[in-house]
Amino acid sequence: MATRTLAGSRIRERRIAQGLKQADLAADVGISPSYLNLIEHNRRRIGGKLLRAMALRLEVEPALLAEGAEQEVIARLGNVAARLGEEIGVAESTAFAGRFPGWANLMIRAARRIDELERNVETLTDRLTHDPHLAATLHEVLSTVTSIRSTASILQDTREIEPEWRDRFHRNINEDSARLAERAQALVGFLDGAGDAQSEVSSPQEEVAGFLSAFDWHFPALEEARVDAAEGYLRGAAQLKSSSAQAIAGRYLACYAKDAEDMPLEAFRGAIGEHGPEPLRLAAEFDQDLASVMRRLATLPEHGFGLVVCDASGTMLYRKPADGFPIPRFGAMCPLWPLFQALSRPMMPLAQRVAQPGRGGTSENVFETYAIAQAVLSTDYGYEPLLEATMLIAPMTAETGTQGARLIGASCRICPREGCAARREPSIVSSRL
Amino acid sequence: MGKTVVLVEDEPNIIEAISFILSRDGWTVHTHSNGDTAMATLEVRAPNLILLDVMLPGRSGFDILSDIRGHAVLAQTPVMMLTARGQTKDRERAMELGASRFMTKPFSNSEVLDAVRELATS
Repeated sequence: MATRTLAGSRIRERRIAQGLKQADLAADVGISPSYLNLIEHNRRRIGGKLLRAMALRLEVEPALLAEGAEQEVIARLGNVAARLGEEIGVAESTAFAGRFPGWANLMIRAARRIDELERNVETLTDRLTHDPHLAATLHEVLSTVTSIRSTASILQDTREIEPEWRDRFHRNINEDSARLAERAQALVGFLDGAGDAQSEVSSPQEEVAGFLSAFDWHFPALEEARVDAAEGYLRGAAQLKSSSAQAIAGRYLACYAKDAEDMPLEAFRGAIGEHGPEPLRLAAEFDQDLASVMRRLATLPEHGFGLVVCDASGTMLYRKPADGFPIPRFGAMCPLWPLFQALSRPMMPLAQRVAQPGRGGTSENVFETYAIAQAVLSTDYGYEPLLEATMLIAPMTAETGTQGARLIGASCRICPREGCAARREPSIVSSRL
Repeated sequence: MGKTVVLVEDEPNIIEAISFILSRDGWTVHTHSNGDTAMATLEVRAPNLILLDVMLPGRSGFDILSDIRGHAVLAQTPVMMLTARGQTKDRERAMELGASRFMTKPFSNSEVLDAVRELATS
């Protein structure tokens, strides 16, 4: 109750500090002044969409307004300090967050940005190591450069050279320079999306991932069941360059539309508000299978859920990362993910708390995961059904401990856990910054 | 009789350039561009020196180097590996297998000549 009181009061303090009238703030976030008055006097709870709108208008992180936000901010400040090898006590962090909430917020955001950039570096490193196309292209570029360098040196340094040899070397340089230009262009095209780990680069699946990421995996026009909504999204999608990617994205949007029809947004959010985002309960309430419910939960931007789907070979069919739970694009995933255990126990719903190593190996990011392997409908009699496993990744708050959590990673190459029985290859990252 | 070198490399223009500079330096140069059949050429030529690319069509330079070091006649022949892969693990692997030198592309003509002359007198 104490934290609720703080939340309402904090909104009021922030509004007054910004010189905003109660009526103006209420109008900006789409509620009545009287309702805002109740919130500010801690007589109404605030959360979800309204909290985010309020935070946006008041220019603060939603966590700073939310219930228990102070503890979360303080814990996050502690994590930031730990990452940089500093030990700052809770009292000092509390004083800092209380006195300079804006700076505290900025520090947390800066640390998050560093995390993102480091993840990108790891992803690219992973990619440089595992991508055979990239390795082959780089090898070709270097070989061509070697040839040009050697031939040009001969022409420059050899005083007496027979005309036929000179002609031949000129021709070779001409050929090699054309090849080099072509290979360099291919390389640039290949790396063009390097700054954004979610952007597409080569495969149709990656094009689709870039498309979904651009929309934050949420499609309002499909939620409203607008006519030709899917076609509209596909038509305007610069990320979907290949026909294969268009087809995959089309199937995804059709599935999304069906899920939205079966589990309408407002009703679904209402059920979450009542029961929490618990997949089995929502499945029972909406009479849907578990995988569909998990898929639906992952389309709600306010929760930041991640989702992965793989087939029986472990090949990723769908990936939506959660903050702090990276999903490598290349190379094999960590075999300890509950997703893969689900494959060996078809139709059994699994719930498992897991911990991913935080940046620098000094902290843990904790998640609740839900997984199930379901049969994909057979199209003929007498065939074994194909399995697909789905895992929902729900981020837990910073206060959630790792007790009972399975210690997992992303993939061995970028995992700092030492002595892991599942390790397949050495890690390229140290356990500390 | 001059010294002979076999260059096993699959880039034709690199073959021409290296052949040219080594020929001018007094070497008799034989070339081969396929990993699967390189050993047959090496056995026939029994050269004084071998320049061996790592990434070849068919068998890799590492596989061929391993065969060379186990070969009755070629085992003591100096082998200089040529590669665009300069990673430490590749260098270490080459040295473990018995390479005499490890040269990373893009190299210069003078680097190749210096290394070849050094290996020829060692």
